Amino acid sequence: MGPIRESFIFEFLYCHLSLEASCSSVRILNIAFIPENLSWISFTLTAFFWIFVFINAALVGVLMLIWGERRLIGKFQARLGPNRWGPLGLFTPVADAIKVMFKEDIEPTLSDKLIYVLAPILMVVPVFMIFPVIPYGTKTFLTNISVGVVFVLAITSINSLSVLMAGWASGNRFAIIGGIRAVAMLLSYEIPMGISAAGVVIVAGSLSLSEVVNNQVIPNAIFQPLGFITFLIASTAELNRSPFDITEAESELVAGYMTDYSSMKFGLFYLGEFMATIASSAIIVTFYFSGWRGPSFIPSEIWFLAKWIGVIAIFIWFRATFPRLRIDQIMSLAWKGLFELSLINVLVLALMIAIWPDPSGIQLLIMTLINWVVFFLSIYIFGKILSPNLTGNKITKRSVVYGLD
Amino acid sequence: MSTELVTMNIGPIHPSTHGVFRMRVTFDGETIIDAEPIIGYLHRGSEKLAEERTYTQIVTLTDRMDYTASMTNNQAYILSVEKLSGITPSDRGVWLRMIAAELQRIAAHSVAIGFLINDLGAWHTPLLYLLREREKILELFEMMCGARITNSYLRPGGVFMDAPDEFWPSLNKFLDDMPNRLDDIENLLTDNEIILARTQNVAILKKEDAINASITGPMLRASGVDWDLRHRNPYDYYEKISFRRPLGTVGDNNDRYLVRLHEIRESLKIVEQCLDLIEPGPVKPEEVPFLVRPPEGESYVPIEAPKGELGFYLVSDGGISPFRCHVRAPSLINLTLLRDMVIGYKIADLFVTFGSIDVNMGEVDR
Repeated sequence: MGPIRESFIFEFLYCHLSLEASCSSVRILNIAFIPENLSWISFTLTAFFWIFVFINAALVGVLMLIWGERRLIGKFQARLGPNRWGPLGLFTPVADAIKVMFKEDIEPTLSDKLIYVLAPILMVVPVFMIFPVIPYGTKTFLTNISVGVVFVLAITSINSLSVLMAGWASGNRFAIIGGIRAVAMLLSYEIPMGISAAGVVIVAGSLSLSEVVNNQVIPNAIFQPLGFITFLIASTAELNRSPFDITEAESELVAGYMTDYSSMKFGLFYLGEFMATIASSAIIVTFYFSGWRGPSFIPSEIWFLAKWIGVIAIFIWFRATFPRLRIDQIMSLAWKGLFELSLINVLVLALMIAIWPDPSGIQLLIMTLINWVVFFLSIYIFGKILSPNLTGNKITKRSVVYGLD
Repeated sequence: MSTELVTMNIGPIHPSTHGVFRMRVTFDGETIIDAEPIIGYLHRGSEKLAEERTYTQIVTLTDRMDYTASMTNNQAYILSVEKLSGITPSDRGVWLRMIAAELQRIAAHSVAIGFLINDLGAWHTPLLYLLREREKILELFEMMCGARITNSYLRPGGVFMDAPDEFWPSLNKFLDDMPNRLDDIENLLTDNEIILARTQNVAILKKEDAINASITGPMLRASGVDWDLRHRNPYDYYEKISFRRPLGTVGDNNDRYLVRLHEIRESLKIVEQCLDLIEPGPVKPEEVPFLVRPPEGESYVPIEAPKGELGFYLVSDGGISPFRCHVRAPSLINLTLLRDMVIGYKIADLFVTFGSIDVNMGEVDR
């Protein structure tokens, strides 16, 4: 029960159930009734309550995201977006969910039944595990595990397995191509993602997510822009979102790995994807936007929520704007661009931290300045000088000529 | 490591086959080894049906061939009928149908560019911007003839009714507004790094190959051949109009996109010139009978439709309906080179190339 008792929201409920002596300071109402020697009951009850709350919050969050994404993309695309069901179309995702549940569940004859059923479950379940470890506020977190950074990176990479399983088990050629693409792409993008996260860990001096937030005096997005850009791009790829949505590429592979899924199995994929977007945004807020930190006249939870919505909006913006990259371009972007950029970021940070292990305010500002110089320099070198040779396709800005009379 | 080729049926029901096109594609991993186009899923026998209809009724059949460019289909057919039966069209009728045809070209190219970018995976944003502009043209058509897509506006000798008074201010407003919207589209797309990387040097069509395969339209001009029937073989009053013909330099997917975009700008200029030259008068000569009965003979008038050279070959035996009607459909002939263009490229390039050819299955199968 060690680290979980540090959590305020856990402790609060626990102390209103258990008569433990150590709890009396937390208790506001005197309603506790479970004796101290049965504390495991109060522990289990509290845990179940919070699991229930977190899962439902995640599901409601997905519904809100589906609605928000549609409304926002509607605005991007000069149309209204959903507006029929409920105020501002808020109930549209509910109607969607009902529709998906009542669809006929089809199992293709060629499918590998067990894996076919397991794949959508594997898509959704791991994502739930990210939410409890994120610090949402000064005291609002469920658990603070000491290897939080590694944990979230590990959990977010499970979905590539699910995608491969779905593609393989469907027995459909569109699906298998989607699945193979997913493995190639997701595994490649794990690496720049992990290396960029190492930059965050170097600055924080700890793998715990709470410490990462506590030690971010300057938000990492400003402090190490190179790491932020590589992490953002890599997590867009991890999420299979545009411009990296080659695994489900509608215009090429119909729906990629989920072509043969219907009914609630498809619903689970849909749910998993949107939930992964929410979870990844929370990770980005924690890593790069200094989590719940902000001027204290607004509660820390509100700060976190605002930043969270902002990052989700960035992802939606990406989706509305960019066309899709081709598979070879995606791979060369990962291996010949992001990989090196994230390495440069880590090297520069490590050097500076080695020189100033405990930087003061002015030293932090100097480090930020150096990071920005490195950022512009390396982006210029990679983007303008090296990129035509890297991608193998020499891009020139062209115009038309006109026929002579 | 031993690998296996995968053969896949793409279509006839697939999000980016622009209708009901089917390809049997063989892949080696992600690389295309072979692509066999299979057509005929939208065959409605329009050419045979034409033998049972009067010359005026056939106009409605032509609407449904290339349903993104009904006006130019009408125009190609009517020009052929006029040549067959020796009808001289009225001035105002010709100007009206030129305005209609150029507006239709803008609409058709908007659809072509929009769906090309959609095939690139752009989540409908540029498509919807372009469809919004197309919508304005459809509203103009609605004012002209009451229909938006299947217009049936043209008749032997001109058009069936004059555009109403409120049409002209709306058209002027559209012409003023459209260049700005095109600038928006160019800002969004033309120098977009991802679009450049995806489309440049992909599916290059050489000049000689294009001419040998009798490719026409923007696809031919993207390969650098200055061949526009409005300029080379002017029909209607195109010789009174001056316009430039945008040509590509390489002949890849990016050039096909650029040529279409610049043709929209030229079409706008043509409409403006038509507006200067149009004069009041009858839209159709009085002496043209409702039931056209051309003398025995045959005629073929090629026109520059949005997708290429479109012509109706009509044979008359002196009756009220043609003895034989054959359509030279640009979509079908442009599609024949798809296989040669995509071999060796990646799966994703197949759809982009297909989108850049800009076929319309209604016209391919007829």
